[in-house]
Amino acid sequence: MTTIRHHLTEDLILGYAAGTLPEAVNLAVATHVSLCDECRAAVEAHEAVGGSVIERCGTEDMSAGARESALAAIRGPAPEVPAAPTPDAVLPAPLLSYVGKGLSDVKWRSVGMGVKQAILPTSSEATARLLYIPAGVAMPDHSHNGIELTLVLKGAFEDEDGRFARGDIEIADDAVQHTPVADISEDCICLAVTDAPLRFKRLLPRLAQPFLKI
Amino acid sequence: MFGHTDPFEILEPGAVEPAPRTCDVMVKRVSAAKRVGVMARQDKADWITEMRRIRDHADEDAFVTLFDHFAPRVKAFLMRSGADAAMAEECAQEVMVTVWRKAAAFDPSRASVATWIFTIARNKKIDALRKQRRPEPEDLPWGPEAEPDQAEVVELQQESAHLGQAIADLPEKQRDLIEKAFYGELSHSEIAAETGLPLGTIKSRIRLALDRLRHAMERKQ
Repeated sequence: MTTIRHHLTEDLILGYAAGTLPEAVNLAVATHVSLCDECRAAVEAHEAVGGSVIERCGTEDMSAGARESALAAIRGPAPEVPAAPTPDAVLPAPLLSYVGKGLSDVKWRSVGMGVKQAILPTSSEATARLLYIPAGVAMPDHSHNGIELTLVLKGAFEDEDGRFARGDIEIADDAVQHTPVADISEDCICLAVTDAPLRFKRLLPRLAQPFLKI
Repeated sequence: MFGHTDPFEILEPGAVEPAPRTCDVMVKRVSAAKRVGVMARQDKADWITEMRRIRDHADEDAFVTLFDHFAPRVKAFLMRSGADAAMAEECAQEVMVTVWRKAAAFDPSRASVATWIFTIARNKKIDALRKQRRPEPEDLPWGPEAEPDQAEVVELQQESAHLGQAIADLPEKQRDLIEKAFYGELSHSEIAAETGLPLGTIKSRIRLALDRLRHAMERKQ
């Protein structure tokens, strides 16, 4: 496992453990946790707090027949559990369940400058997209109305906050204006999650924005 | 909502823990709730036994014991999270049926039974209340072992009991805030903003649990 230098925030860890985040954000967290033992342990430690909450939250009486119908259910046939997907070198399991069998199943759409994107089907509170950025290309200058999570899956990019490689997650909010540049040596694939449209600083991308859905 | 707090700024091993405030130490109310808490802790070891009996012998009595303890709690948790009584009842039943079906996936060296049931109830909440999928992390390369190391199991279960006690010992206002975070009523930043307290006791317990889990993972790789 590669060394991860950029981790989840405590807000994201707690929100994921509590189950209060939008689906697209959960997807970014689950993907990072698939690659990062440290954050996996942190999520499990926070889930232990949830265990105490369940123990302490009081009780609501179940109806008279509840136990019997649960017993009937466990005696009945269990629904078939889908087999775990075959591991993919670039896309961890949580992403595969949105994409298909592997990277070749991603339905890329060009957004210009060699950059491609694929929007993943999550709930609408936030948007998750895979981005393909050719080696050396800069994403347009942008800042955010909300948050943007960028998780590197392949290659690396650099911006004002440092270098981000596989497994690293950058968490930018509206205070951050940045221009990520993909490493010169290799094309970069990332998962980007936004909870509000990006704001581009230059006119052309801004005009294109409604069409790109970014 | 997702401020730049580094989780490990607080959770880093060896970080200096803020001195416990007098109120954390002094307030020791012996309430009815707490006595129930003590009983629950004494039962904890048995929950693992029930899980093993379900896994190894499809033991329905063990299931009924778990059902009677946890189903009313899961129902209360779901109602507090926004489900109406009928939906909470149905979901609590489904959660318990999942406990039965997935018994082999329960790993007592990584979670207490209450924690594991919490994760199933949370996923059910996302599925039924919020109508969303819940992306789960990739399974670890090592699955649950048939018989995990007993020392690790004991350590994890003790750690969970200590964490529960630390939460029980918090002043009511702070405890409420933690619970609200799990019912989706508050984010972590809001908790910090509202209390102005670092919730040191909980943080240090979480940190211990985190260290333990991290070491368990390192040993297995």
